Amino acid sequence: MSKTLIYIEHAHGKMQKASAVAVAAAKAAGGDLTAVVLGKGVDTVAAEAATLGVAKVVLVDDPRLEHYLADIAAQAVAQVAKAEGATTIIAAATAIGKDFFPRVAQLLEAGMASDVTSIGTDGTIERPTYAGNVVSRVQIATPIRVITVRGTAYPPVAPGGAAAPVEKVALAADAKSKMRFVEFAETKSDRPQLTDAKIVVSGGRGLKSGENFTVVLEPLVDALGAAMGASRAAVDAGFVPNDLQVGQTGKVVAPQLYIAVGISGAIQHLAGMKDSKVIVAINKDGDAPIFNISDYGLVADLFKAVPEMTEEVKKLKAS
Amino acid sequence: MKILVPIKRVPDPQTNIAVRPDGTGIVTDNVKFVINPFCEIALEESLRIKEAQGEGEVVLVSIGGKECQEQLRTGLAMGADRAILVVTDGPLDPARAAEVLAKLVAQESPNLVFLGKQAIDDDANQTGQLLAAMLDWPQATFASKVVIGDDKKSVTVTREVDGGLETVAFDLPGIITSDLRLNEPRYASLPGIMKARKKELKEVPLAETGVSAEPKVKQVKIEPPPKRQGGRKVETVQELVNLLHTEAKLI
Ligand SMILES: Cc1cc2nc3c(=O)[nH]c(=O)nc-3n(C[C@H](O)[C@H](O)[C@H](O)COP(=O)(O)OP(=O)(O)OC[C@H]3O[C@@H](n4cnc5c(N)ncnc54)[C@H](O)[C@@H]3O)c2cc1C
Ligand SMILES: Nc1ncnc2c1ncn2[C@@H]1O[C@H](COP(=O)(O)O)[C@@H](O)[C@H]1O
Repeated sequence: MSKTLIYIEHAHGKMQKASAVAVAAAKAAGGDLTAVVLGKGVDTVAAEAATLGVAKVVLVDDPRLEHYLADIAAQAVAQVAKAEGATTIIAAATAIGKDFFPRVAQLLEAGMASDVTSIGTDGTIERPTYAGNVVSRVQIATPIRVITVRGTAYPPVAPGGAAAPVEKVALAADAKSKMRFVEFAETKSDRPQLTDAKIVVSGGRGLKSGENFTVVLEPLVDALGAAMGASRAAVDAGFVPNDLQVGQTGKVVAPQLYIAVGISGAIQHLAGMKDSKVIVAINKDGDAPIFNISDYGLVADLFKAVPEMTEEVKKLKAS
Repeated sequence: MKILVPIKRVPDPQTNIAVRPDGTGIVTDNVKFVINPFCEIALEESLRIKEAQGEGEVVLVSIGGKECQEQLRTGLAMGADRAILVVTDGPLDPARAAEVLAKLVAQESPNLVFLGKQAIDDDANQTGQLLAAMLDWPQATFASKVVIGDDKKSVTVTREVDGGLETVAFDLPGIITSDLRLNEPRYASLPGIMKARKKELKEVPLAETGVSAEPKVKQVKIEPPPKRQGGRKVETVQELVNLLHTEAKLI
């Protein structure tokens, strides 16, 4: 049977949910599954990965992997892929997956498909292109395939299955990075992660200021227990941090409920949210394109509608 | 320092994209083509680096049909010094494009290759990283801030990543790919456009580079995405919240 290696990403000692989606994609494609975890002191991540229904977890624990750096991470994954004889190597299409998986592909002389939404058992891969205006069906023509999977492509595999063995592997002595980690300025938030949340409330240029995000939008976000997102226009204007951008060139989300507030619905924004189960749009312009794809559209001034909605939601939750 | 800036010709992001009925490509009649927005940002940053240093060279590269001359001329008008067009019959996949760029790096020996993070046609987000691996060079993708060291031998780059901003540093040569918020690209000025006409634009047939056009990833077919039904309007906030509660059962 063909062998698939799945890269498991982690932050703060916990596996990222997107990696459980990558495991689901690997299962759909078929083959023997092995997971690989890189880092320093990350046994708990390996233990969690072991419960995802894989046959084995390879743990590469090394001080050189303390901070993620693209070049040495790629060397480590390629090393394990070769040792395991893996012919398909999969990661989540997160910032990290996008950053270093092409390097893995190069080291393995493999063809690569990025940000895929489906992997068929016959090897056909689907991926959106042209900001989601097009679905491309491709086949990787090389003996080894490298793939990153979009976080919304499959329901994540739930951890908690029988634990597979964890095998510790030493990083090659000559593996080294030419890069230096300087710092990570984390955007702190108590809200759910944008890409994991059941409900996402996103604001656009219509909010007009960062302060309005805080005083108008955030109460609704919190009343719904939602994650907050934004359009590029809102991010570019400095209303909210970069990593809240939803769209072609930001994050792709597909929550149960997506509420777009003061967002016109440019194709680049739709590319990041149009697979949400239910879409609500609040916009004062009845002709805004966002209404073409929304299940419930409210033509209203957001500065009136959003506080009202917050009150209604609170009332409902209290009853 | 010398900076190589690969720029790709892509459909204007504002145009509507339609799939040809036979599923082999997109409809290109009446479609305006532009420099990929991320490449424009990479070019702008490269020009700023050159201007800040008061010396150096910014060399553009495009890989594609003869029509890419148009985008290269625009880039020259923005201020790049010269351009190389590697002429191909059809599009190359990122792996082959990166191989072509690796050949040019060997010839040109730039200190830095500054690419876009992603081409907005194939949305691949691969070429810069592939090139970095081919050359065994360090990389900083998704750059939102670039600071060249005083000795011009190193660079510190702030990157837009999940959960915040990461900063990495490395010694040159290296690869950087631009994100949206790195800068606001300039427009070509009229004198810039005049000057661009006299700047060198060298054409190199793909065959001369020795790189195969055979894709590593084969396109089987392209299709339009499934259409989403929408358009229903509600009158009031109460109605909206009510429907989300009783019909959609989401709150
Ligand atoms: C290469 C490239 C990549 C891009 N990537 C992305 C991406 O990843 N994500 C993304 O979002 N965009 C992206 N864009 C930008 C995209 O094209 C749009 O410019 C952007 O999405 C617009 O944001 P917006 O809807 O907030 O602003 P606008 O288009 O300005 O819309 C604001 C809306 O707010 C409404 N409004 C104003 N005041 C009120 C009020 N008081 N009450 C109610 N409604 C109000 C207006 O009617 C309008 O519809 C990209 C563009 C390019 C070229
Ligand atoms: N055909 C090409 N010509 C010039 N540059 C390219 C070409 N293809 C890719 N690039 C560069 O690689 C970047 C990323 O492209 P991609 O990997 O296709 O998303 C682009 O922003 C360009 O800088």
